[in-house]
Amino acid sequence: MILSRRSILLGGAALALPGCDRMNASPAFRRVLGLAEQGNFAVQRSLADRMALAKEFSPDQRSPVFRANGTRRPAGAAYTAHEANGFADWRVKIDGLVARPQALSLAEIRAMPSRTQITRHDCVEGWSAIGEWTGVPLKLLLDLAGLARDARYIVFHCADVMTGGKPYYESIDLIDAFHPQTILAWNLNGKPLPVGNGAPLRLRVERQLGYKQAKYIERIEAVADLSSIHGGKGGYWEDDAGYQWYAGI
Amino acid sequence: MTRFYRHRLPTRLWHWINAVSVIILFMSGLMIFNAHPRLYWGQYGANFDAAWLELPRFPGWMTIPSHYSLSDGRLWHFAFAWVLAFALTFNLVTMILNGHFRKDIALSPKELSPTRLIEDLKAHGKGDFHGSGLAYNPFQKIFYGLVLFILLPGMIFTGLTMSPGMNAAWPWLVDVFGGRQSARSLHFIMAWGLMLFLFGVHLPALVLAGPVNHIRSMITGWYRVAPGDTP
Repeated sequence: MILSRRSILLGGAALALPGCDRMNASPAFRRVLGLAEQGNFAVQRSLADRMALAKEFSPDQRSPVFRANGTRRPAGAAYTAHEANGFADWRVKIDGLVARPQALSLAEIRAMPSRTQITRHDCVEGWSAIGEWTGVPLKLLLDLAGLARDARYIVFHCADVMTGGKPYYESIDLIDAFHPQTILAWNLNGKPLPVGNGAPLRLRVERQLGYKQAKYIERIEAVADLSSIHGGKGGYWEDDAGYQWYAGI
Repeated sequence: MTRFYRHRLPTRLWHWINAVSVIILFMSGLMIFNAHPRLYWGQYGANFDAAWLELPRFPGWMTIPSHYSLSDGRLWHFAFAWVLAFALTFNLVTMILNGHFRKDIALSPKELSPTRLIEDLKAHGKGDFHGSGLAYNPFQKIFYGLVLFILLPGMIFTGLTMSPGMNAAWPWLVDVFGGRQSARSLHFIMAWGLMLFLFGVHLPALVLAGPVNHIRSMITGWYRVAPGDTP
């Protein structure tokens, strides 16, 4: 009796582990698991204050070294040339579903009203770093361009190319796009953004994980939906490695 | 052979749903940990900061999935986090409403007296895991209370604290645990606390107290006592 039970239990355990891998490979099962992450987005958007601010820290709470990860230096002669002349010729295009497409130089963006915030950067891997960011609120750029009525998402196209020749890109919804702490940062800890951290401009969307904080931004596009952009899932890591589009968890 | 109805349906349902959830959450959690196997105290912590614990990656047989995939680990983890949280809430509310908590889990001052605790410890030492009748003995109650009211809720709240979205929505959470990296460390410690309970206390006690009868009663609800034996 006991022996047969034990063999059933052991057999069950031996089946269970490869079983998890089999379920992990099943598209239908993954869709069911994925419902939970959609639920996280729905719950956070519907129950939490949509304009709630991320915690801001004091200067002495900053990380001694702000870790750079992902692309440390975009490849190619064009970026190297921009770096050599201090990004004086860098232009950020704002286009898509906008009334007045823009092509702004770094000097023009730096001349706009800015916001400085000391916030915590959380990588999906688990580590955190605190740094001081200065940049233009994204809202001001979007107001300058004038969003069309059917615009729903803002897509950030980046100058760094990832494995497989795919360019880095990311996207956020309009709630995060118009959030007061969502800025296009040009300074980190009071100095021009280092190349490793996204020079000359990177996104800060403070209530989401690190992979949303697009670096080396050269184009901002307003779209009605994300399905026609690259892999269709709204970001490089979402397309390439199955990360969730909503990175608030 | 006398049979006693020992575990009500809500208890049995919760027990097995929780057991499956805890195992899946632990294994997918180790996968997430493998992405950055270093732990820190305080608000921040990354490669250049001092870690209080740094481990090699956990092997594939301990993780879900067994190959390295942070996004798949997160997919499993966040799905079963909902299952665990709903099941625990259901169980705590039910056990308080139906009197299970008051009658069977709550400790009286008498049970916590040193004499009673020493007596219970001696009984365990002699291999008597039943205490008096069908009631839980004091050490059993202490461990169940720890799991139900400290470790499992602690896992949920330290888990929520790691979400940047939740940090903005409920800023008090991150203050309670002293920072996101502290919450991450506590999440790891409490996860191993649950494993210590499972493999160091719960399963050994089950084996010593009679696994067939106890597992059967957690499935059917009925606990059997031979004639002449105290239940």
